[in-house]
Amino acid sequence: MASPQPRIGVVTYPGSQDDRDALWALAALDAEAVPVWHDERELPDLDAVVLPGGFSYGDHLRCGAIARFSPTTAAVREFAAAGGLVLGICNGFQILCEAGLLPGALLRNESLRFVCRDVPVTVERDDLPFTARCTAGGRLVLPVKHGDGRYLPPPDLDPAQVVLRYVENPNGSVDGIAGVCNEAGNVMGLMPHPEHAVDPLLGSDDGALLLASLVDAARERVLATI
Amino acid sequence: MKATVLVRPKPGILDPQGEAVGSALGHLGFEVQDARVGKVIDLEVEAADESAARAQVEQMCERLLANPLIESYEVEIVG
Repeated sequence: MASPQPRIGVVTYPGSQDDRDALWALAALDAEAVPVWHDERELPDLDAVVLPGGFSYGDHLRCGAIARFSPTTAAVREFAAAGGLVLGICNGFQILCEAGLLPGALLRNESLRFVCRDVPVTVERDDLPFTARCTAGGRLVLPVKHGDGRYLPPPDLDPAQVVLRYVENPNGSVDGIAGVCNEAGNVMGLMPHPEHAVDPLLGSDDGALLLASLVDAARERVLATI
Repeated sequence: MKATVLVRPKPGILDPQGEAVGSALGHLGFEVQDARVGKVIDLEVEAADESAARAQVEQMCERLLANPLIESYEVEIVG
């Protein structure tokens, strides 16, 4: 039997920018990439969800603060509560923090400048659905492009929830934190963009390790239901 | 009823915008020990009286206008 193609949704909010790249990257990694519009109150049948980068709702008030109230975000919250896999990239990470699905907040870069460059990050955990193809302690090179990426953890953040750390801190994040997960490990957010790094032509294909891990994990979930 | 909400970065939270403003004021010759930049949100709400308006606006702050991890807020009912 051919291995099943997992269905991974990518939510498009007004102002999302990287939704198409995320759809393209997931399809290139052999998932069925499903576009999801922001006002859908119910998610289609999905094995994982990606919240992409961009500037949802113009980043008004605070990044991610308005997207948190969209009907689809409510559906994503239910999906996550039921154990569904959710990955937030850049603005998607900001939305997950604002929605309380991930701990902490993302603030203006310490430099007050927008940063756009490839940065090395260290993988802290390789036992998550998002990092199983990586090696703990290993490095990935991923692009960042954000003005509000300074991660501030809550005072009680469990260090085990840190998934990625910058080797050179581009934005002033506390302890160089570049990506975190929730306590259960089924929701992850990161500021770097794996979907822009899935082909060597783009400068790095390290992002494929993260996204292919997600595709693998989503596929396992399909197999578990057959 | 008119209300004004002041949202401030919490003490201890690094505020690079405030630092930039403080340093610019320094360049102008002002002696500034500290500068912090927040935001002002002016609202007009339907409410029977001042305390009802305040309760409503505080709810708005808790749910949307401020992020309790990084910001504090103050509500003024203007009348």
